[in-house]
Amino acid sequence: MSELETTSADKSAAGAQINPVDKIFSSRFGHFLSDIGKNGIFIALIAVVVLFQVLTQGVLLRPQNVSNLIVQNGYILILAIGMVMVIVAGHIDLSVGSVAAFIGAVSGVFAVTFGFPWWLAIVLSLVIGALVGAWQGFWIAYVGIPAFIVTLAGMLIFRGLALVVLGNQNIGSFPDAYRSVGSGYLPNLLGSFPVDPLTIGVALIAIIFFIVHQVRTRRGRQSYDQEVEPLVWFVIKLVLVVAGLGWFAYSLASFKGLPITLLLLAFLILIYGIVMNRSVFGRHIYAIGGNRHAAELSGIKTRVVTFWLFVNMGVLAALAGLVFTARLNLAGPKAGDGFELEAISAAFIGGAAVQGGVGTIGGAIIGGLIIGVLNNGMSILSIGVEWQQAVKGLVLLLAVAFDVYNKRRSGGR
Amino acid sequence: MTNTILEMRSITKTFPGVKALRDVTIDVARGEIHAICGENGAGKSTLMKILSGVYPHGTYEGDVVFENEEVAFRNIRDSEADGIVIIHQELALSPFLSIAENIFLNNEIRGFGGLIDWNKTNFEAAKLLARVGLKENPTTPVLQLGVGKQQLVEIAKALSKRVKLLILDEPTAALNDDDSDHLLDLIVHLKQQGITSIIISHKLNEIKKIADSVTVIRDGAVIETIAGEDVTEDRIIRGMVGRDLENRYPDHTPDIGAELLRVENWTVHHPQDSTRVVVDRVNLSVRRGEIVGIAGLMGAGRTEFAMSVFGHSYGSRISGTIYKEGVAITTRTVSEAIANGLAYATEDRKRFGLNLIDDIKRNISMAALHKLEKHGLVDEKEEFAIAEDFRKSMNIKAPSVLAITGKLSGGNQQKIVLSKWIYSDPDVLILDEPTRGIDVGAKYEIYTLINSLAARGKGIIVISSELPELIGISDRIYTLSEGRITGELPVAEATPEKLIKYMTMEKPASLV
Repeated sequence: MSELETTSADKSAAGAQINPVDKIFSSRFGHFLSDIGKNGIFIALIAVVVLFQVLTQGVLLRPQNVSNLIVQNGYILILAIGMVMVIVAGHIDLSVGSVAAFIGAVSGVFAVTFGFPWWLAIVLSLVIGALVGAWQGFWIAYVGIPAFIVTLAGMLIFRGLALVVLGNQNIGSFPDAYRSVGSGYLPNLLGSFPVDPLTIGVALIAIIFFIVHQVRTRRGRQSYDQEVEPLVWFVIKLVLVVAGLGWFAYSLASFKGLPITLLLLAFLILIYGIVMNRSVFGRHIYAIGGNRHAAELSGIKTRVVTFWLFVNMGVLAALAGLVFTARLNLAGPKAGDGFELEAISAAFIGGAAVQGGVGTIGGAIIGGLIIGVLNNGMSILSIGVEWQQAVKGLVLLLAVAFDVYNKRRSGGR
Repeated sequence: MTNTILEMRSITKTFPGVKALRDVTIDVARGEIHAICGENGAGKSTLMKILSGVYPHGTYEGDVVFENEEVAFRNIRDSEADGIVIIHQELALSPFLSIAENIFLNNEIRGFGGLIDWNKTNFEAAKLLARVGLKENPTTPVLQLGVGKQQLVEIAKALSKRVKLLILDEPTAALNDDDSDHLLDLIVHLKQQGITSIIISHKLNEIKKIADSVTVIRDGAVIETIAGEDVTEDRIIRGMVGRDLENRYPDHTPDIGAELLRVENWTVHHPQDSTRVVVDRVNLSVRRGEIVGIAGLMGAGRTEFAMSVFGHSYGSRISGTIYKEGVAITTRTVSEAIANGLAYATEDRKRFGLNLIDDIKRNISMAALHKLEKHGLVDEKEEFAIAEDFRKSMNIKAPSVLAITGKLSGGNQQKIVLSKWIYSDPDVLILDEPTRGIDVGAKYEIYTLINSLAARGKGIIVISSELPELIGISDRIYTLSEGRITGELPVAEATPEKLIKYMTMEKPASLV
């Protein structure tokens, strides 16, 4: 190979020369954009929140609405976690909406029609979700059919099966304990006050952990002689996030306290964050997505990893279906409609790459929150569903375009 | 009309933080074959990108004068319109399109109503193919051709653009000796038709054979331009490296021990066509401390042999036995092969060896993550330390182990691949074209590394298309032809001529 691909400067300059968009921005603005790019999605989330806060004349950030925001859009975040992992590995899953509907229906049959105890219904539903994932994982990993096709088929199959299970009716009136998964709150264990102290307490603990983690990460990077942002920026970011978290907790505390959905989400984000960033399994996922052949020839069992990725997605799709059904207190044929598109959008807005190998849990969560705020905000403004669709599509397009532009400027692929 | 077709005067090109070219001036005479040599990173391809318009006028200082007129190319179309065509090392052919479609890509022959005239297209393509000596049907999809023939299609494409100055970037890097010779003859033939050629190449023996003059570039500056009789390999090397390389291959005192790996009766069939035998009852062995070479033409089955041994990564209906230190083992998956102490550095490091979007340290740890695993999590501190050690001991030129692999030069990438395999603690290393596309200095470093691995008691199998290299570093050489082992020579008896004789031995009629 000649040195056609030698220096990064060479490459980025070459890209800059050929890229006409670059001529539009002078280099100073460009640098500014690139700094934003790294924290881009975060700033985008703040921007969207501010925008809708203004448009809804303050309704968006009322305590009740903040609580609703989390509870109503929890399912997107759960799906986004599984979806970003699948996308990083270089695949996609189009079936999650239908699977969520199917599991919702199945759980209805268990909990209501058969009258199983609520926890048994939930466990069985998750197991069935895993089996669905195993089914799709088998075709993708071991037979070698592209995930796009297998999950497209799954989208049809499981929507159909959901209707079969429901027998063309809705199943309603789930037991209370089951419903609390979707719409319940932690009881006011520290007593009833206008502002729930339990929520504040939990929030304080979370904030302290967050600060400690950020400081340790920064120190860790410094010990590797890695670039860190100037101390001023770091402190400002920290203050902003802590203020946001604190205010968020206060909002929740002023309403009904901590939603169970939020606790569930926090748990999932923590676990999956560790899996993707620090575990061997997560490392394998990134390696497969970055270059499947190199991963295989380095001894990584790509088929096994892919199989379990889809089992995982099946379980998370089931969980999302349960949360959604529990909140609606209804298992119906229309459930899950369009979930996959929201989950996929969340992952890509959060910075995942179409070719695979790039993407983070954190990014997907923020992407999911952006979609959640869009959903919520537009509903408050009574914007029709058709316009909501159009807006969400546009946001996805612009978000990824911005991300691609930033990556190209910094000399990426 | 002077005799100089091209003058590049005082070309300076700066990227943020680095001066890629410093005041480079070269003259190319009309109708000559002018070679440009330099290590990776010297600036050769930057210079050619300026000439071909990839870096447009205004992004560099200095002048380019082509056919006595100053030119200011804004893009490749401009340079092609003037008759300058560049053929990159990574061929720019569309695999599913036919030869004719590729030749006239973006240059289509239109007929009635602006639609493509296929008859004329195929006819013209056939004429061009005749000029380059490629006997293929122009409607053949390009992916069905070997690399050597694809290279000829690229040249046919250049001819269709009425090329006056042809730039070839490492044209024979991926070709075997036969195809290389054919290509070099073609370039000389084109010279006789008045086409001037600039060749960027590492292959000094080829340059000596056909180049009329050689410009040596080091660190972005022209060291010298050598003409005619003064062109010798030693002189070029001295210019490129800045020092005399007395020995291209480091001294090696073999300390050979007991048998380490033995492959018996290894037979592999083609993955799609299971009646086709690709590796035919191969018997091969490696001992501790020994460096064994495998020589063969492209298509002989060397890589297929290696990949099938390494975890059945290639082929169908695989049979045979593998013995490690006398004990029969199976290597049905890659992880089984690694667990049994085998390592395989692939032929194409970018496609099969590295995760280019990830950093150095994660590439180094990829084959041995279990060594860094604590409770299912990766010990990132240890990973960083290990990678740092390799960065220093292997002399990998990168600011830190957090650098993204895809941005490093070929030589550094290859060192990362080797680090990955060394880290997995193998007993036997199979290296497939370990110095392909790497400059002379880095090659020497890799040879030294191979020697030190052997000195530590490992068994090394080296697959290479460069016969002098195999002879320079092996202790024993096998020759493979059409899937069969046709010869086994101690290196003292091996000469390129003898090796080629064995490499071209055909299957006896009775065995077909």
